[in-house]
Formats: sequence, structure tokens, C-alpha cells
Amino acid sequence: MGKLATIARRAFLIGSAAVAGGVAFGVYKVKQVAPNPLLDDLPQGATALTPHVRIDGQGVTLITPRAEMGQGNHTTLAALVAEELDVAWDSIRVEHGPPGAAYYNRALVQHNVPFADLDHGNAAEAMRGALGVMAKLMPMQITGGSSSIEDLFDRMRIAGAAARFALVAAAAQKLGLPAAQLKTENGSVLAPDGRRLTYLELAPAAAAIDLPASPPLKPREQWRYLGKSMPRVDMVAKCTGTATFGIDVRLPDMVFATVRMNPAIGARLVSFDATAAKAMRGVLNVVDLRGGIAVIADNTWRAFQAAQAVQCNWAGPGYPASTTAMMDSIVASMSEENRDSRLRDDGSVDKSLAEGTRLEAEYRVPFLAHATMEPMNAVAFLHDGQLDIWAGVQNPTAARDQAAKIAGLDATKVRLHTTLMGGGFGRRLESDYVVQAVKLAVAMAGKPVKMTWRREEDMTLDFYRPAAVAHFRGTTAAKQVLALDVQVASPSVAESNLGRLGLPALGPDKLIIEGAFDQPYAIANYRATAYRTPAGRPVSYARSVGNSYNGFFIESFIDELAAQAGADPMNMRLALLSHEPSRKVLSAVAAKSGWGQQLAAGRGRGVAFHMCRGVPVAQVIEITTSKQGVKIDKVFVAVDVGTALDPRNIEAQQQSGVIFGLSAALYGEITFAKGAANQTNFDSYQVLRIQQAPQIVVEVLESGGTIRGVGETGVPPAAPALANAIFNATGKRIRELPLSKHIDFV
Amino acid sequence: MKLTVNGTSHEINVEPEMPLLWVLRDELDLPGTKFGCGIAQCGAYTVHVDGTAVRSCVTPVGSVSGVVTTIEGLGTPATLHAVQAAWVERQVAQCGYCQSGQIMSAAALLKTNPAPTDADIDEAMSGNLCRCGAYPRIRAAVHDAAKRIRGA
Ligand code: FES
Repeated sequence: MGKLATIARRAFLIGSAAVAGGVAFGVYKVKQVAPNPLLDDLPQGATALTPHVRIDGQGVTLITPRAEMGQGNHTTLAALVAEELDVAWDSIRVEHGPPGAAYYNRALVQHNVPFADLDHGNAAEAMRGALGVMAKLMPMQITGGSSSIEDLFDRMRIAGAAARFALVAAAAQKLGLPAAQLKTENGSVLAPDGRRLTYLELAPAAAAIDLPASPPLKPREQWRYLGKSMPRVDMVAKCTGTATFGIDVRLPDMVFATVRMNPAIGARLVSFDATAAKAMRGVLNVVDLRGGIAVIADNTWRAFQAAQAVQCNWAGPGYPASTTAMMDSIVASMSEENRDSRLRDDGSVDKSLAEGTRLEAEYRVPFLAHATMEPMNAVAFLHDGQLDIWAGVQNPTAARDQAAKIAGLDATKVRLHTTLMGGGFGRRLESDYVVQAVKLAVAMAGKPVKMTWRREEDMTLDFYRPAAVAHFRGTTAAKQVLALDVQVASPSVAESNLGRLGLPALGPDKLIIEGAFDQPYAIANYRATAYRTPAGRPVSYARSVGNSYNGFFIESFIDELAAQAGADPMNMRLALLSHEPSRKVLSAVAAKSGWGQQLAAGRGRGVAFHMCRGVPVAQVIEITTSKQGVKIDKVFVAVDVGTALDPRNIEAQQQSGVIFGLSAALYGEITFAKGAANQTNFDSYQVLRIQQAPQIVVEVLESGGTIRGVGETGVPPAAPALANAIFNATGKRIRELPLSKHIDFV
Repeated sequence: MKLTVNGTSHEINVEPEMPLLWVLRDELDLPGTKFGCGIAQCGAYTVHVDGTAVRSCVTPVGSVSGVVTTIEGLGTPATLHAVQAAWVERQVAQCGYCQSGQIMSAAALLKTNPAPTDADIDEAMSGNLCRCGAYPRIRAAVHDAAKRIRGA
């Protein structure tokens, strides 16, 4: 091991000596050593052998440094470490852990190169390489883009294997036996003569062992946790009301707060009068947050009531304020001066658009709210020159750094405890609600403050998934697509979000056009152009981001081309797909759904294929139409994640994606007046309820190859598969979401 | 005023119009019952009053005369209620935020209807949103729980 590694180890040894035997294990090649964040805050008697393994008197804790917001990633990430460390599944504890540079997300940054996920050409790979380095230099610990598993598949197995190596080496020293003679079993090292040393007793000595950079990893045939459906580590707590979400954190002497901000997000608060509010029972303080106010009280409900009693005089926004004005600015941005990228330009599109039978269409989708079940909230506590924060965040390093700035503290004086999250969907990549709680903690120094948004704030102060407009031109000949020209305009979420982080958004924003330019369709003449609408109301990431609308756009239009060409939409897609795993998922879904078999009168089916984050997904949706409207009967899904680490969880994630996509397809729409959303709660912003939830059959395929994440991939095909089914059943082509504007659902 | 929750009687000093939800969460520190919407639209707040499902976010505490059961009182990690056991076996929860309410609604349904059909389940559970889309497993787990209870 080189110098850096030695220094890191020594720092750790000092830490562990100081805490009398406590140990944490993660493994980094010499050049990659990042400080082990567990060592900053190691409790008495604990050992942190790597950034992912902590051993203390209570046993082994695995650090799974990504947001658990429903995806089940804490379970799968823990299984990666547990598999190699060799510990019993029911003996482990799992924690998100502190923010740390060691937990940077390389895969996510690499996903954002302006190349298709399947493009492994020199330019694409060179840029991915450069960005991989950047992710480490600018270490953002982000959960998003379905990247957790892909990013940590090797790193967390290596962390487990290296910790196991150190524990075995420590046992070898103790027993005076060569390590090669020792075995491990469920948290103990076994000697040939039957002697057994537990990891707990070995941990302090193991801390002194140099860790290997690339320990051998188990071949797949030897996996006992990976590839299996594991019981989720958070399941029992979540079914007994004992799981602690951010909103549930309780500290002695806590006070309770809420905010009321200008619903035209970012616009000013001209003046306010809090006289009445201050006189209300339990109210402790009213704080001017600039752009809004906060009320601090002795009970959340009292804070809610008092916040509504404050008279606020809001300024109007500096951006287009109505839905019409916002949509007009998107349409108007489809011009050369706003051209953001042209990431695909195959064949000669202009020439082939003049040949064959031509079709043109415009598609639209609205702004969408994230509407996580748990409204935004955070707990902040400024005490003894230190700031403690409990919050559900998808970007803890950014949240911590912004909190430090607000509190005027060094980042090392801020401890961010990332809690479980009642949904994220990209909303918790923003730190606005954490910043608010910190401002209140500063105002109430010495007292822990829990700040909770009402649903009305959660829905109206959201950074929405932006609206988008697509223009299509295509031609068909001989039952096949001859040319496809897609132009998409939308505000840039990367520009908006990075701006709030104080970072420039350099180069094109692939997110505008992702899912439209990168589909593995071998259309000889295929062009995709993105236009960046000048920034208006702030927007942000959402589950599958650009794919969430481009999937609807492109898969609907492909269906239109099939209809024009007189081709079967399934067979036409199969003929176009050049990527073998993609063909396989489509074939699988065709077989499973009995595609081609006659449906009863009034019924219909539609298909959609989509490649998102390198994961091909195909869905067939069956519906029944009646006078009352459309009923969604059944959804068939086939998905290929490369290697399926937890099949039952992949099924859950696909079902989740379908329901999420259908909620947006049927009802999702935020509209504006004076810059403020008209939808304020679940009565006006509808989402799918159980009586509308179809049966969802999932088939998981494994083509091997790069392992991929599934959190977002079920979303994009749902809307187009449904729209295509409606066309199949009724002959009506709907080119705008939400579909309920054009047809009734039961 | 007095309020009996999960078998324990509490003396509480709040406005009678304070919703039961906020008495449970902030006054009695029982955070298992969740805040989701505040207007009886999401179901995350579902508790039992005398065994019947009630929307605690719009129920003034002053109007509660019966005994309250929350998710914490239904079962514990060591002694799961049949509905909770079925939920765990089916691995229903994703983010889990809606699940206290889902489980309380399901438990109330099974008290009056020991063998519900899919349609019965959809009707009884239609007030409980799940943004994670766990609905297919919720439906299956309610059937499982019904079987567990009938078999017990
Ligand atoms: S499990 Fe997340 S809202 Fe239901």
C-alpha cells in the first residue's frame, strides 16, 4: 500500500485506539483513497474497517450510503457487503451513514454524458472516464438516475471482501495459523480444529491490517444472498409504524414549525403582518424567511393554523406566470438560437422525409408535481457550536454544505443524519426545505426545530418536472419506418438545479432529449434535436426525468407510424430493434400477453418499448372501454437489468414504475395562475388509487453484461402503452397528457 | 380531557378542535400514524376508534369518545398482528410511508368482512393512497391476512 493508504490507516488507528477497540471497513485503491467518514464520529467501542462496515459491541452494521425512499436499495446494497463479508442476514444492522466524499456517485455523473447508454465508442468512453474522475474530485453523494446498484455493485462487494480479508488475517495472527487454512461462517472465523473467533472479537486487531485494493470476489455460483429475493431490512419497521422518517424524528425540548412561502416560487414577500398569528395559542416565534415566513410553535398543527393567520402581501414572479404563457414559451423556443443538442443524426433525414408517406404530429405534456407521500420536512438543532440535521435527502453532501453556509459553520461542524424517506422521486435532490429548517434552528438556537410542510406547501413549492413539447415528422414505406425526425423543447432541469447549487451547467442538457435520441431502433434516417426553453419557473429532476415524457412522445409516434404503414406495432418494433436484449424483452412481453390473439369487443391493447438508463423495458397494457370510460385491466412487463440481484424487489419496482407512470398518464398536471400552482392537494392533484390499479405481471430477464438499476425504468413505457391501447380500442389518438383531458377513466 | 390510546389513558390539554392526528404525533409522541394531506384524501392518518377506521387528520380530538388504536397498538415487531404478518410476508412496503394507514384500513375491513373480494378490498382501501404503487401487493396481502385470521 502506498503513502496515502498508510496515512488513512493510521488516522483510523488513532481513532480506534482512542475509542478502545471499536472498528469501520471500504476499500479504495491507493489513488482513490477518500477519508473514511465513519472515523469522524465513531462511537465508543466501535471499529470502522471500511466506509461500509462498522463493528461494535452490538454487532456488524453495514453502511448503505444512498437514499432509501422505497426502492429497496438499502437491502440490496447491504446484501452486496454481507455476501462478501459472510455475515448472517438476520444479524446485520443497516444505516445510511454520514455524508462523505467516499460515497461519491460515479455512475450517475457518467450517465449524464451526452451519449446513448449503449454507445461505447471512443468519444463516449473518453468522456465517461473524465467524468468518473470528476465525480471523485467533486464528490456528490447523490441518489438518483437509478444509479445506486450500478455504481456500488463492485465497491460494496469489495468493501465486504476487504473487511473479511482483514478479519481473517487478524484471526491468523491470533491463532498462529496461515490465513489460507481459515474459513469464515456467518460472522466468525473458523480454524480447522474447530476453534471459532467472532468478527466482534477480531475487529480491533483487524483494524491494524492493511486492506487489499482488489480482493477476490465470489463467483456468481457461490452467491447465497445476491440473485435471491431477500427480506427487506426495513420491512418489519415499516409495517409496525416503528420506522423513523424525517417527519418522525423527536428530540427532547423540540419545537414545531411550518413555512408559508410565496406560491410563485422564488418571488418576493413584499410585506406581512403577523400580529394575529403571534397571539395564537402555542406560537413561539414568526420568522421572516425572505420570500415567505415561518411560524414556530409548540405543536405542528398550531404552527399550521398560525401560518395561515399571517397576512402576506406577495410579489408576482419574474417569469411567465400562466400555463398558457409557459407553454407558449416552450413552443417558441423551438428555434435555432435555442438549439441545445442534436445527439442523433443518422442517414439523410431531410431527403428521406421527402420520400414515402409522411406523417407529422405535435405532442405535449404538462408540468408534474412529485407528490411524495411524506411532505417535505427537516429537523435542525444548533447547539454547542454544532449543527445537527435530520432529514430525508437525496444529495446529503450538498444539503450539508448549504446548511453550513446558512449557519456560518464549517462543514465539519454539521452532522447530517439522513433518515428514511416517504418517497423521493427526485424531489429530495433539492435542499430548500433543509435550508429553511436550518434558518429556523439559527433563530431558535439551543432548541431542536422540526419543520413540516403542509401538503399545500409540498405541492405548490415543488420544483416541478417541466412541461415539454415535441414535433415529429416521419415517413413510412413498405410497412416500415423510413425516417424519423424528433424535436423536443423543454426547460433544462440540470441548468435550474445546478444553478441553485451555484454550479454552471456546461454543454448540452442530455436530459431534455434522453429517451428520444438514444432508443435502439435501427431507423436508417433518425434525427433528434433538443431545444432549451429559456429558464422560467424553477424545475427539477423527477423519476426518469426526460424519459418520463420522451417515452410517451416517441412510443406514441412510432405507433402512429405503424398504423400509417399498416404494420403490426409489435412486429414493426421487433424488426426495428437492433439490440438483442431489447428484442428479447419485447418478444417476452409479446409471448406473455398473447399478443396477436383476438380480444373481445370493446377491449384493446397497446405496446410500448423503452430503453432508460441502459435498461430495456417493454409493456403491454390491456384495457376495456365502456360508456363509463376506459378501464385498465392488466399490464405485462418484461425488463432486463443485466443481472437480477433481487428478483422480488425488481418486480416491486416495475409495478411501482407502472403505477407512477399511469398516475401521470391519467391525471398528472400542474397548471398556473400568477405563477402559483392551481393544484394544492390530492383532491385537485389526483393520483391512481387502488380500485384503478391493474394487475401487473412482471418478467425479469437477465442478459448478463453491465448491471443496471430499476428504480425509474418502469415509468416511461406506461403512458404510451396505455395511449396506444386506447387507439387500438377506439381509434382515438391522444397526443397530450394527461389523457383524462380527452377520455374518461373508470 | 382524557384520551385512551392503545390501552393507556392520557390526560391531554389541547384545544378540542385539534385533529386527533396531531395529538397522537406531537402531544403523545406516537409517530406511527402519518401526516399526508390534512384533508382526508390520502389515508396515511388512518387509526381505529372503537375498532372502526377513522381519518385522524380531520377528526377533532374533542369529538373522540371511544378508545383509539394506532399502528403502534395493533401489533409490534415481536408480536405482529395478522395483517402486519401478511404484509411482511408479501414484502408490501416500499417507502413505507402510507403503510401504517393501509394496514389500519385493512385490519378494520377484516373485522367486518373476514373474506373480502377484490372489489371489497378496493372499496375499503380506496381512501389510502400509495405513491409507490404497492397496490398489487396490498390486495394480495389483504387476502393472505384474511386467510390467516380465518385459520387462526
Ligand atoms: S409504500 Fe410508499 S407511499 Fe405506499
